[in-house]
Amino acid sequence: MSGFRLETGGRIDRSQPVRFDFDGKTYQGFAGDSLASALLANGVMLFGRSFKYHRPRGLVAAGSEEPNALISVNRGPGRFTPNLRATGVEIHDGLIATSQNRWPSLAMDFGAINDRLGMFFPAGFYNKTFMWPRSFWDRVYEPAIRKMAGLGDAPTTEDPDVYASTYAHCDLLIIGAGPAGIDAALGFMDTNKRIVLIDEQDELGGGALADPALWPWLERSVKALTDAPNVTILTRTTAFGYYHDNFIGAVQRLTDHLPDVTDAPREKLWRIRAGEVVLAQGAIERPLVFDGNDTPGVMLSSAAKVYANRYGVAVGKALALMASHDSGWHDVFALAKAGVGISVIIDVRESVDSALILEASRLGITVYLNHGVVGVNGRHNVSSIDICDYGDQRVSRIDCDALLMAGGWTPSVHLWSHSKGSLKWRDDLGAYVPDVPNENVHCVGGCSGDWDFGTGAIIDMLPTPKDQSRIKAFVDFQNDVTAKDIMLAVREGFRSIEHIKRYTTNGMATDQGKTSNLNGLQIASSALNKPVTDIGLTSFRPPYTPQTFGALAGHAKGALFQPTRTTNIDDWAQAHGAVFELVAQWRRARYFPHSGEDMHAAVNRECVAVRSSVGIFDASTLGKIEVVGPDAAEFLNRMYTNPWKALEPGRCRYGLLLKEDGFITDDGVSARLAPDRFHLTTTTGGAARVLNMMEDYLQTEWPDLDVWLTSTTEQYAVIALQGPNARKVLEPLLEGIDLSAEAFPHMAIREGRICGIETRLFRVSFTGELGFEINVPTAYGRAVWEQLMAQGAQYGITPYGTEAMHVLRAEKGFIIVGQDTDGTVTPFDAGLDWAVGKKKPDFVGKRSMARSDIVALGRKQLVGLLTDDPNLVLEEGAQIVADPKQPIPMTMIGHVTSSYWSETLGRSIAMALVAGGHDMTGNTLHIPMPGKTHTAKVSGVVFYDPEGARLHV
Amino acid sequence: MILIHCPYCDEKRPEIEFANAGQAHIARPLDPSGQSDADWETYLFIRANPRGRHHERWRHIHGCGRFFNAVRDTVTDKFETTYKAGEPRR
Repeated sequence: MSGFRLETGGRIDRSQPVRFDFDGKTYQGFAGDSLASALLANGVMLFGRSFKYHRPRGLVAAGSEEPNALISVNRGPGRFTPNLRATGVEIHDGLIATSQNRWPSLAMDFGAINDRLGMFFPAGFYNKTFMWPRSFWDRVYEPAIRKMAGLGDAPTTEDPDVYASTYAHCDLLIIGAGPAGIDAALGFMDTNKRIVLIDEQDELGGGALADPALWPWLERSVKALTDAPNVTILTRTTAFGYYHDNFIGAVQRLTDHLPDVTDAPREKLWRIRAGEVVLAQGAIERPLVFDGNDTPGVMLSSAAKVYANRYGVAVGKALALMASHDSGWHDVFALAKAGVGISVIIDVRESVDSALILEASRLGITVYLNHGVVGVNGRHNVSSIDICDYGDQRVSRIDCDALLMAGGWTPSVHLWSHSKGSLKWRDDLGAYVPDVPNENVHCVGGCSGDWDFGTGAIIDMLPTPKDQSRIKAFVDFQNDVTAKDIMLAVREGFRSIEHIKRYTTNGMATDQGKTSNLNGLQIASSALNKPVTDIGLTSFRPPYTPQTFGALAGHAKGALFQPTRTTNIDDWAQAHGAVFELVAQWRRARYFPHSGEDMHAAVNRECVAVRSSVGIFDASTLGKIEVVGPDAAEFLNRMYTNPWKALEPGRCRYGLLLKEDGFITDDGVSARLAPDRFHLTTTTGGAARVLNMMEDYLQTEWPDLDVWLTSTTEQYAVIALQGPNARKVLEPLLEGIDLSAEAFPHMAIREGRICGIETRLFRVSFTGELGFEINVPTAYGRAVWEQLMAQGAQYGITPYGTEAMHVLRAEKGFIIVGQDTDGTVTPFDAGLDWAVGKKKPDFVGKRSMARSDIVALGRKQLVGLLTDDPNLVLEEGAQIVADPKQPIPMTMIGHVTSSYWSETLGRSIAMALVAGGHDMTGNTLHIPMPGKTHTAKVSGVVFYDPEGARLHV
Repeated sequence: MILIHCPYCDEKRPEIEFANAGQAHIARPLDPSGQSDADWETYLFIRANPRGRHHERWRHIHGCGRFFNAVRDTVTDKFETTYKAGEPRR
């Protein structure tokens, strides 16, 4: 026997049949059915295989607490969703669902051999068994275990769906729209509060949906709330997490219930900030723990009521109830009223309210008090149960095709606990209930422990005369944890529920123990012979139910994952075939290959062009800070290592910036435009960090200084024009600037116009050639660039990218902060002591330069390396050793920081940080690389034009 | 997401507008060069890690840009108060 559709009843629309597929077979349900109810109506009792033992499993519940009926839904390529609860999937025409964790089929699963071997799979089995050999874990054990155990398959293709997200603010957020939540909303509806009412189901009502007597009230209430202008109702919306300051995350499912896949957003993430929160999450019925309680056909009594009254489905023809709580009795009375055949009530209690007995007798139901189920017969569905008379321990058999469990109720305190509200134990409920709030929140209805289901006995598991070691009484259905596992954990010495949980995995499945936590706690408490409150309580953490990555990511994927900053000249580079690289969120042209050129060839050509004629480079990404005010020079003098006060307007200076610990953090050339105005540049990646650091000192250490800092990085496009012909290209386009060497020396700045546009023109060089950096308002960057290209054509002007820039600067021994330094390099280590103002009484980092470990010998220092084989280019990051014959592990004395082929020099060049390197000039060092250990001689870092003759022309 | 009161804007704003800037009330010595190694070490590296009330600096980096001080409980993650830089320790 199995489930079937009742002739009448339910909230389904019997005029609207719906056809759907489950495991390749087509079924029919009605609009309003969940996948669970529709399959149940078709007599399907087997929904999945269990996690570890591959035992056949059916429905336990009707709501989001369902632990067993996890299924996958396939809505087309990339639209495959595993591990959905069949109880929460609304059917629609064309729905394709499949069961999980079975092979080859749900009814015949080879993995079920695990069940026969069950005695070999106790808690901690994997930890104990698969320890040796260690190397087998990654390659053999884990892949095999992962294949056998587990949930649905992860999708393998990119999710093509769109996910929306939004922020919302309200005065009152009510989570849960059962009777308590609806009452709360009605109570505040006539105030001027902005109210948001959310519920995870497709219609409001919660428990009232299974109680036809409440439907007229429900209809009136929903209409009133829908009409209220200040109430926003969100259905199919799960509040999954409760965060600080009444910030709630919720996901609204927008389209999964619709037959057609469209471009409309699939889900929407709501980030809700609420003035006050009312939690009306309700309570979850607790299963009873006994041998065979996971057989398909054994389910919660409240679930059977939902299937009958909400969906018009009977879970069987001859039902039995196993109760320890009055609520189960009320449920079966409701089932009888709905036309579901209920023949037997078994209750562990010796006595119950006489009114219950009377009603059962009136309905012709046989009652067994002081009895308990000790066995369930039938593999794919219940066929009969064995019950034990606790008086004389006699066991007898009763035929039934479904067994309902009523073990009492567990308030849903999940979100309350997310919000760090405290809990208190109530002996009468055998449950934790909310106690002291940590936010502006309160609980109403079932989740506060306030319900009218009657009373019950609180028991950990049903007593049984059977040998405990030979039964399988499940506590956590989803993770296949039995009472025996928990008792074993206690025997092995685990005392805290936190440890018992992790050892047994009780409550650690995707349902987070909604149906198992309290039973596990009670069993551990009994085994330890300690009160429940003495062994702790595990934490509830978001999400309340699993949510999709898509919803959490929202629009932040692909190109929108993080912004890509582009310069005004980026389009031109794109159009001219640039190969790009990302540098601190900026997209920068790396090189400009001509057809047939690889990177090596292109970079060689670009370098030669700069050295022999003229190159043009987009330097717009340089960080820029405008420093203004009467104390600007004093401020920079305190920040940078070198002196700034004497710098004349119109001149530039290389600035070296340390952190207070004495290590280099940034550098850049800056110009004094006026006595009270500087144009600073920073590294591309350091711009924000440097501004933050400067603001910090200015605001908190030296608030007396009258200085203003403004980020101008994006205000200017910067074009570097470098090479012996740079002046000739520039000159015709300038107004108001004398370019002659006498009037405009190296390291100077002039203001004027280029192509009619205002410019700040720096004469600086990061290449070692005569060079200029042209700053124009960003919007004019490309226009000026194109004019320079036209003007430079006669000189073969060559655009170059970051790769050539790196080679050119390395030939000159100019460091890149962050490449040739790593946060532990001092100015002295880097050979930049010339940039340190020795006479200055103080600057940021000065005191630290006298720290004992910074003045110690043997620090890693920046040197040049010339390989003995001039054609060999060392790998950046390669380690350096003094003696290649020493035993492994060798003592590494440094590493290569920069390494390039220099076309100009016709050989490779490298820079390296080497312990005591400054005293090693001429020494041979060894660099082990894959296949061979190479040799190189230590040199200075300036490989090209060490006198700087090419700069001062 | 925590709400933080910026004492300059005088508004409670979401935490993503702010950046933590370490322990508060650690003044840079007026004469660093006159500091002993031990004193300089303390200034540079030694920080409190209290369980409970913690004085720390925050910057309203995506707002007014100002650094300010705060007292935050490291257990509950609740802000007790925030106040302007330069005001006495609370």
